[in-house]
Amino acid sequence: MSANINKPRTYWQSVRSRLRRDPVTLTCAGIIIGIVLLSIFAPLIAPANPYDANMMKRLAPIGSPGYPLGADELGRDMLSRLIYGGRISLIMGLVPVFIALIIGASCGLVAGYVGGRTNMLIMRTMDIFYAFPSIMLAIAISGAIGAGIENGLLSLTLVFIPPITRVSETITVQIKSLDFIDAARASGASNSRIILSHIIVNALGPIFIYCTSLVSVSIIIASGLSFLGLGVSPPEADWGLMLSTLRQSIYVNPWVCALPGVMIFTTSLCFNLMSDGLRSAMDMKM
Amino acid sequence: MFSYFIKRLLYALPIAIGVTVFVFSLVYMGGDPLDAVLPDDATAADVQEIKEIYGFDKPLPVQYIRWLGRAITGDFGTSIGTGLPVADELGRALVNTLILAICSALTGFPFAVFLGTLAGYNHGQRADKIVSGFAITGVSVPHYWLAIVMVIVFSVELNILPSLGMGPGGSEDWTLDWAHAKHLILPVIGGSIISMGIIARSMRAAVAEILNQEFVRALRSKGLSESRIAYHVMKNALPSILGVVGLEIGSLMGGSILIETIFSWPGAGFLLNEAIFRRDLPVLQGTILVLAMFFVILNLIVDISQTFVDKRIIRT
Repeated sequence: MSANINKPRTYWQSVRSRLRRDPVTLTCAGIIIGIVLLSIFAPLIAPANPYDANMMKRLAPIGSPGYPLGADELGRDMLSRLIYGGRISLIMGLVPVFIALIIGASCGLVAGYVGGRTNMLIMRTMDIFYAFPSIMLAIAISGAIGAGIENGLLSLTLVFIPPITRVSETITVQIKSLDFIDAARASGASNSRIILSHIIVNALGPIFIYCTSLVSVSIIIASGLSFLGLGVSPPEADWGLMLSTLRQSIYVNPWVCALPGVMIFTTSLCFNLMSDGLRSAMDMKM
Repeated sequence: MFSYFIKRLLYALPIAIGVTVFVFSLVYMGGDPLDAVLPDDATAADVQEIKEIYGFDKPLPVQYIRWLGRAITGDFGTSIGTGLPVADELGRALVNTLILAICSALTGFPFAVFLGTLAGYNHGQRADKIVSGFAITGVSVPHYWLAIVMVIVFSVELNILPSLGMGPGGSEDWTLDWAHAKHLILPVIGGSIISMGIIARSMRAAVAEILNQEFVRALRSKGLSESRIAYHVMKNALPSILGVVGLEIGSLMGGSILIETIFSWPGAGFLLNEAIFRRDLPVLQGTILVLAMFFVILNLIVDISQTFVDKRIIRT
């Protein structure tokens, strides 16, 4: 890259300029914003009521008049249901990662900064949950406490706390060993000041990028929970649940049945590509 | 070296104990575990009697110790749904899940390692872009949806591959022949796609990083042939291959529930799914405990074999 020597760029300026030249990341960010807007304004955008069943139109094929993306097994408009379905699916994807980010990052910061016994206690506890593959842990907790959105959110949050804690701890230990922390301490900064104005500021970027890739995992597992009947209950529109109820109809109208999965796939792919793009724009190694 | 093994073993022990505590407490997470079995009109005396039979009247630590003692000897109680010992059902199911996991690990994983190496060697070039595209698709795709799409294409539309069960006519006696292998193809692809993406991505990163190191340049400048250099590269990448492959074999076993449900594959995941719907807590508990312990032991084996490959990785 040819650097302009007269005008040195700040770090964030160069990140921004790298992002501007990355069409894939920009497209993915655009698609995600689009899906979020569709979900928020679903009542204004959706052409039909997602709960209006029409027995005559059951499993109408894609492109039927009045049903641009066909109809589901109860004759409800697929397009409207897909638009509404983003609401729960996005909440199930974003909220657990966000809560886990707050809890996990705090645990990781404390463990990494304090070190010693505290580190041992926190990290060994997290190791226990590492003994479960993430899908299994989510299913185990949801299966034990029962179906429902709140329970799904709870189990997914518990799934993501350990990996976020581990990443935050690693990053905190790395930053803590840098010279400028010693310099801050030598100039009399208190522990709380070092954590707040030096460590958090520098650690949050990498932790945040890591979390964007977890959103895709969260959406896949959350829809998987709904698919198994451990998420929301019918007639709610949710991509995972729709996939599950439509599965019985693949011999009647296979391609309508595959549509909810396309939405899950698109959202998760965009989050992953965006996370990759942000990571390379911020020049980070994980 | 030997002291490292002991240390590593001692390190795994508290984790294993933690896992048993967690699995034990699963039963209490959903409220009173007896709600699922007791009829609504049970009298207080009946409830007390049942509690005594199952040992629920004892304090929790006592219950845990008794449960653990039985679990160690392979006694996971009786299934509420079928009345059979959980260990019998679980044993059969685990064999079926292992068949699926081994087939995935033997076919998909070497292929993913190959693709990742190819991409790492051609960093930034077309081959890398194609492989990276496949890999990110692999990690992003909801595998249960991919499984349904494959059923639509190969079973519904083309009618060339079966979509249910593990053998012709619902047979559960697995043998290695074409009729049974046909039943394996779709579950293996669906079950291993995410793992393959993860493996290809980490291989690509590992190989690209090793190729960037000084020692590779040194080997090149001293005139070593590319194939000999490749040997050194692979030798250095081996610990990370072992690490990620081990982790993903664990995920194959533990994450099998969705794929086994879709394909009615009578494995541990299928059993777990049934247990959840019947609120069959002994089966749920036993299955999760065995799968998690499998994962703990697998991690131990991976760590130890990594130190065999590269003595520098002795962890504290």
